[in-house]
Amino acid sequence: MPHPMPSFGSFSLLLALVLGAYTFLSGTFALWAISTGRQLAISAEHLRESSRRAGLMSFVAVSCAAFALIWAAFTNDYSVDYILHHTNRALAPAYKFSALWSGQEGSLLLWAWLLAAYGFVLRLRHKVDITLSAYASTILSAIQVFFLLILVFAAPPFAGVPGGVVPADGFGLNPLLQYPEMVIHPPMLYLGYVGFSVPFAFALGALMMRYPGEKWIHITRRWTMVTWLFLTCGICLGMHWAYAVLGWGGYWAWDPVENASFLPWLTGTAFLHSVMMQEKRGMMKGWNVWLIFTTFLLTILGTDLTRSGLVSSVHAFAQSSIGSWFTTFMVIVFVVCLFTFLYQRDHLKAENRLESLVSRESSFLFNNLILLAACFTVLWGTLFPVLSEFVQGSKVTMGPPFFNRVAVPVGLALVFLTGIGPLLSWRSTSLRAIRRNFILPCIAILATAIVLMACGVRPWKDDDSTSSIYALVCFALGAGVITAIFSEFLRGAGVVRTQTGKNLATSIFLLVRRNTRRYGGYFIHFGVIVMFIGLAGSAFNQSKEVEMGFGDSVQLNGYKIVCQSYSQDSNANYDTDFALLDVFHGAKKITQLTPEKRFYTASQQSSTIVAIHSTLAHDLYVVFMGRNPETDRPIIKIILNPLVNWIWIGVGIIIFGTFIALVPPLKPGARRVEATENSPLEAPNPKLEAHPAFAAVDGSSHA
Amino acid sequence: MPRRLLQIALVCLLAVTMLGAGTPSTSFDKIGHKLMCQCGCGQILLECNHVGCPVSGPMIDELHTQIATGLPEAGVLNWFIGKYGPIVLAEPIRGGFDNVAWIVPFAALVLATLGVALLIRMWHRRYARMQPAATAPPSDTTTNAMRDRIRRDIDFDS
Repeated sequence: MPHPMPSFGSFSLLLALVLGAYTFLSGTFALWAISTGRQLAISAEHLRESSRRAGLMSFVAVSCAAFALIWAAFTNDYSVDYILHHTNRALAPAYKFSALWSGQEGSLLLWAWLLAAYGFVLRLRHKVDITLSAYASTILSAIQVFFLLILVFAAPPFAGVPGGVVPADGFGLNPLLQYPEMVIHPPMLYLGYVGFSVPFAFALGALMMRYPGEKWIHITRRWTMVTWLFLTCGICLGMHWAYAVLGWGGYWAWDPVENASFLPWLTGTAFLHSVMMQEKRGMMKGWNVWLIFTTFLLTILGTDLTRSGLVSSVHAFAQSSIGSWFTTFMVIVFVVCLFTFLYQRDHLKAENRLESLVSRESSFLFNNLILLAACFTVLWGTLFPVLSEFVQGSKVTMGPPFFNRVAVPVGLALVFLTGIGPLLSWRSTSLRAIRRNFILPCIAILATAIVLMACGVRPWKDDDSTSSIYALVCFALGAGVITAIFSEFLRGAGVVRTQTGKNLATSIFLLVRRNTRRYGGYFIHFGVIVMFIGLAGSAFNQSKEVEMGFGDSVQLNGYKIVCQSYSQDSNANYDTDFALLDVFHGAKKITQLTPEKRFYTASQQSSTIVAIHSTLAHDLYVVFMGRNPETDRPIIKIILNPLVNWIWIGVGIIIFGTFIALVPPLKPGARRVEATENSPLEAPNPKLEAHPAFAAVDGSSHA
Repeated sequence: MPRRLLQIALVCLLAVTMLGAGTPSTSFDKIGHKLMCQCGCGQILLECNHVGCPVSGPMIDELHTQIATGLPEAGVLNWFIGKYGPIVLAEPIRGGFDNVAWIVPFAALVLATLGVALLIRMWHRRYARMQPAATAPPSDTTTNAMRDRIRRDIDFDS
């Protein structure tokens, strides 16, 4: 008897498509009637509400479809072709659950589900601004309809096995995907990708309805930040996974699919910065709208690149015909955005002009320039093979050397601006302020460079001098930026300390509470710099590859690795070949590592599990390369990767900073009372607050 | 003076010549990092970490063989291009249209920088024109003093 769940899933998807189409059409008619004042057979407000409710129900329908697919995975329903190809009976439950995003069709269903979930929250919170939410809801439903059309007609996840003969067991999950991050990395990345649909929908909706003021930015600020955080976490989890699983080229290999996730991150970051200019100074309105349009288009391009087979990648799904769907969709979205922009561009005139070349505004402009230059460079490098094939008839490879040569200098410029930008004031910065703010960071840069050179970092003596120069510059600039950030914290805390009489730690806490956005941003900058320092460490990697018998040892940079034993084992899912290695530092045994090589029986593929001993200074990265067929002894590769832990620590700081930036700041009234109670002499001067400069510099009044 | 210049030129020439004369192992390392493994992993030949990769081993053997024949770097690379196609190179270095790959990102960055600089200048000038003489902003000294006071008092300029 056939399982009922696949039929239920297919029906749910069809129902979601109908509901999505109704949400879009009824929403469009209602908004058209409201904006033009036309009378419809039913009231426009009722139609709008009906659209909203249909949108809410579409989430329920897509959830049912997702549930049906997960159910099919857990019940080993191999009558579903997708389940047959991505699971098997011996697969661990966590990986059965992740079957939802293990393949093409399932991951598209995840896209649609997350989009429906975001839409569900948006529609529940519609009272924040009913009309603008209705526009955003209608635009989101249009995107939803596109994905549901693909799921129903081009890539159905519940399609039966060809021929109708159901095998007893599935083909299993690709071994490279059987790693804990499989459960968390794709959903995080998709939450980031899909999440940018919300600010996109709000931006397009606000432009369509000529929404007055910057309220749409306030509404979407948290959406955008949370989305950005998800994307950041998704990318970094992917980096960690690629680092820990061999065959993916380390934490970052400039692979087209890695690049595809990086592109919307770059434009999204640019948007998060430049949107502040619109909030505080009413500038760059058109630019911001295009930044969010571009970010959304890049998320679609990334999804397209992963699936169309346009570029070759180890991370890509199987080549399929759905690329043309995405290309058509991108063209439609671009045309709609362009038309709306041209039609409503007079609504986007700036309210203020730049007053000084040395100001926060111009630093934001250059920050955007660098981020977009990085985005263009990565996009160019990713798509150049396609262009080359078109022009020359032959594909070329744009490997890591190209990106390291072209993108790394741009990244260093970004590090430089990360330090400069926050030290400049809005509107204009006086020469005295520049001198005061920049002197310490400059000293830190010089001192770091001198100390590093004295310690032996001398690029002119290295074989790979380019990497060493980049690393030296990165360390020196990083030290400067960290000094700038710390001095900002200390200076601010000093003021709070004078006002409140609290100790330094409490003053810093109060300072951060007063302007969470600003100091959260500083934490994020600090995290980015820590990450960059970790990345720069790769210039000093060392490695050794040796055959090791019982009791054999090898030395690398103060470590002694001794082979205790090597053996084999097996379970229902895979056979494993491993070595037990004792690691000594000096005479002291510090750990035991077990690098292994697995052979998965269902998929008949092998995978390597690296053993890593992490410290703050470096990672000891040990790989079981296989056995020498003549001696049957294991071949072990030992790599010393400096500063890798700094990358993951940097990510943690970025996450922490983003959470701080998301916390609402202490209300101005509350902190003034607190300051007045503790130190009446330091109470704010009303005349001072009436000065226009106050409004421009008091971030809290806008945050 | 001309003699000193000649000496400097000779030293430079010698240094350049010495730099070019690589040992076989450095040539191997250098060329190996300019080639991609062709197993589909998308990694540099000498950094391919696929356990049991069926392609990188034979390719590395071919590299050893070609270097041993005494071919210069360009010759070795051409041999690999002939066998595997231009896709074997880790970066586009054949000249011609390949140069476009290198020029465009830098050209775009330079043009964009100039564009932003012009934009800032235009905005700045327009702002200056918009300021009527009668309501000119306070002098720099007054404004700076005010800003410093604000910074001291509240330290919020984000």
